[in-house]
Amino acid sequence: MNIIFWILAAVIAVCSILTVTTKRILRAATYLLFVLFATAGIYFLLNYSFLGAVQLTVYAGGIIILYVFSIFLTSTTRDEQKAKLKTGKLAAGLLTALAGAAICIFLILTHSFGATYPVGDEVQMSEIGTALLGTGKYQYLLPFEAIGVLLLAGIIGGILIARKR
Amino acid sequence: MLFAGIYGFVTRRNLLAILISVELVLNAVDINFAVFNRYLFPAQLEGFFFTLFVIGISACEAAVAIAIIINIYRNLRNLEVTNLSQLKD
Repeated sequence: MNIIFWILAAVIAVCSILTVTTKRILRAATYLLFVLFATAGIYFLLNYSFLGAVQLTVYAGGIIILYVFSIFLTSTTRDEQKAKLKTGKLAAGLLTALAGAAICIFLILTHSFGATYPVGDEVQMSEIGTALLGTGKYQYLLPFEAIGVLLLAGIIGGILIARKR
Repeated sequence: MLFAGIYGFVTRRNLLAILISVELVLNAVDINFAVFNRYLFPAQLEGFFFTLFVIGISACEAAVAIAIIINIYRNLRNLEVTNLSQLKD
């Protein structure tokens, strides 16, 4: 279990750095796919099988396909040329990322969390269903409906924006 | 991973690359929610459902953003951020 976690964490870290540093955008999308797969693996490792399945189907199945198609639709021959980047902006981004990561790693190393191993069994599907569709405390009918309306609005907005006039 | 996403968001010049960086940031937050939920409060499911909703919302956001990007590409023929000010003309 521990070994698997470290493998997944290494894959996530390396591939996410490669995602933002590679020059070609299609390779960036592929590295993002690896990151998403490893994330789903971590969810499975935490015994959140439903979350892992959602991650695989929605992200790896849907969003990556969307990205790849839009990359193909919008790729030009001039994409390969290096975009001139101001060194000030590059340094600012690098400084922000490194400083934030340093602070996070410092905090993680100097404080200990209460639990060091995952507890609990697999979350039952019926439990998820009742919590998702109930109206009581710790139940999520209203966000569920809201995200349904949001997805509908997203579909309509996407069609409206991208259609040919 | 989160900071890799922030780095990409600040430094990339292509709209699609920026969007991919945003996905990285959202994924890092998702992992944090799920892990804290599992390790510290295993009896409750708040982090679980928050992760679920974040996945749904990011799917919606990606769809709309890609629609906008394709529309911009149709008008400008490239996707560099520095050219976006031409949209005003």
